Amino acid sequence: MSELKFENIDVGDNLPALTKPAVSRTTLALFAGASNDHNPIHIDIDVAKAAGMDDVFAQGMLSMAYLGQLLTNWVAQDQIRSYGVRFGAITHLKDKVTCTGRVIDKFTEDGENRIRVSLQAANQDADVKLRGEAIIAF
Amino acid sequence: MIDRSWIGKSFPALTVDVEKGQLRFFAKAVGEDNPIYTDEDCAKAAGYRSLPAPPTFTFSLNLVTPDPFAKYTSMGIKLNRVLHGGQKFDYLAPICAGDTVTLESTVKDIYSKKNGALEFLEEETVVANQDGEIVARLLNTLVVRN
Repeated sequence: MSELKFENIDVGDNLPALTKPAVSRTTLALFAGASNDHNPIHIDIDVAKAAGMDDVFAQGMLSMAYLGQLLTNWVAQDQIRSYGVRFGAITHLKDKVTCTGRVIDKFTEDGENRIRVSLQAANQDADVKLRGEAIIAF
Repeated sequence: MIDRSWIGKSFPALTVDVEKGQLRFFAKAVGEDNPIYTDEDCAKAAGYRSLPAPPTFTFSLNLVTPDPFAKYTSMGIKLNRVLHGGQKFDYLAPICAGDTVTLESTVKDIYSKKNGALEFLEEETVVANQDGEIVARLLNTLVVRN
């Protein structure tokens, strides 16, 4: 799948960005079922309000799955050695998440050529929701 | 305060089948259009035994139990005070449909910040396949707002 070569990648290169459709209640309901996360705060407005929220809101792992797609759109999944994020802010209904990434290091480890990429997911107002990193092998 | 004696304790292991239908449902839910995640022939052509589990799917496998959050309430944590602070995956080998994986979770650390206003629980999950091969490690950071 991947025609990228280690020698052709430079620190500072950007990954092709990925913008997902706006988050809807249907998105959250489908992801709750598909991800086995049945926490009602994401799908039942009564529960969300009882917890002090204005409305239901996205599962953090939904945005993490989107950022994972940014990676697997760029390289084959079996090249990914690790992938981690910090959840910084809640993703709300109608947020349109754009995932971006940038190569920040190239190195050799465990006998493999590897790169480190920094990752970010932000909404249409450039509010950052997640930041993370991944290690990819070539 | 979460009792620090939980550090080092493990929770009962979960053994879960990795199912094609669930993987296709996950692909639909996240708008995945790469056919290797939904079409077994495409997955095999790409070198996988069957549909591969996408990068974050092992987190979902760890929830295949009647009450996945009971382990936290058993530690005295109030679920409406909990946020998912961070999540990391290390990948050692592919996980594909047809695999049966066993997930064993251990409390790695508990610490507080801001004079105890925030507590952090770090939980590591080791995922092994039906051959006993370790295929992934997860590190989950929960934040409890006291």
